[in-house]
Amino acid sequence: MSEQDISTPIPAVSVSIAKQVIYCGVCSLPPEYCEYGATLNKCKEWLREKHSDLFDNLYSQTNLESDMINLSLEKKPANDAEDKKKAKEAAKIEREMQKKMASKITITRIARNKRKSVTNVCGLQNFDIDLKKAAKSFASKFACGSSVVKNNQGNDEIVIQGDVSDDLYDYILETWPDVPEDNIELVEEKKSKK
Amino acid sequence: MFKKFNIKEDIATRSLVKSSVQRNIRSKILDQYNKLETVIDEVLPKKSSLYLVKCHEHINLLTVNNEILFFQHFDGLYYPTLRLLHKYPDAFPKVQVDKGAIKKILSGANIMCPGLTSKGARMNEDLPANTIVGVFAEGKEHALAIGLTKMSTEDIKNINKDIGVENIHYLNDPLWKSNIET
Repeated sequence: MSEQDISTPIPAVSVSIAKQVIYCGVCSLPPEYCEYGATLNKCKEWLREKHSDLFDNLYSQTNLESDMINLSLEKKPANDAEDKKKAKEAAKIEREMQKKMASKITITRIARNKRKSVTNVCGLQNFDIDLKKAAKSFASKFACGSSVVKNNQGNDEIVIQGDVSDDLYDYILETWPDVPEDNIELVEEKKSKK
Repeated sequence: MFKKFNIKEDIATRSLVKSSVQRNIRSKILDQYNKLETVIDEVLPKKSSLYLVKCHEHINLLTVNNEILFFQHFDGLYYPTLRLLHKYPDAFPKVQVDKGAIKKILSGANIMCPGLTSKGARMNEDLPANTIVGVFAEGKEHALAIGLTKMSTEDIKNINKDIGVENIHYLNDPLWKSNIET
């Protein structure tokens, strides 16, 4: 008896192995917290696709429960305010997405001298592109000077030395696949002042 | 602390930490979290390049491989980030709150004592005031916030009023969302 007592190890709290945590691809939280975000429905879809076992685990019971709650909710409009708030948040996110889809990238060639020109890109920041890094990558890609400049409206834009507008068009599409092709506008030449 | 934080705009400098300083930081972290000792080589590999990112408002971040591991205010304690806490949940002291508190914590509220003493909540360890704790929730596996105790657990139980744990870093706050790139 006593021997056994001694030999039984103290339940050591094992810290040794890093836990693998799955994060939701939609809202970046651990899936169990998705319900507190604004994009629950999307999160659910994502989870069902990627980790169906986890999905079953999390939502099979709660689904029933939430259905029950929904039923009771219909009788109780008091909790509506919360639902409304959530819907509002979801709509906000939706609107932002739309705004993103609507925003344009304009590539302009500006004549600087008789034979020389610079290329001007604005609107990249709307697609969550880091301008500084983009400028750097343009510089190395086209072997020319490229920098982030504030224009007179106070927005940041990238100025690339030399006429690279056509190449740039392709390059942008290649490097940032989430930029839709229709959103890039090529302005061929801006007439400089005489 | 991170309610208004923008990783893109708030970075002042970013520098590679000298190995001697790195050793120093390492031992400090180990002093603070002695349970991390078994995994410290995994968390902060000796050969890795540790970056110190200084941000505005005296916030310092420690990053390895573009992952923020710890943060610090002035010269104070090192706080783990939630992602790190999720990986090694047992290395840090824990408290558990009840279900009703989750929503409020996720919007950045400090944790009041009743949320820590009610039925679904738990405080297994006796902790003094000003300890960094991982905040877990009833029925959830992962932590949802990192906090700093304002009173000892004893006091939380006895007084049962006011702020028990200050919310330092919570899920979906700007720090959680930010990622550092080179």
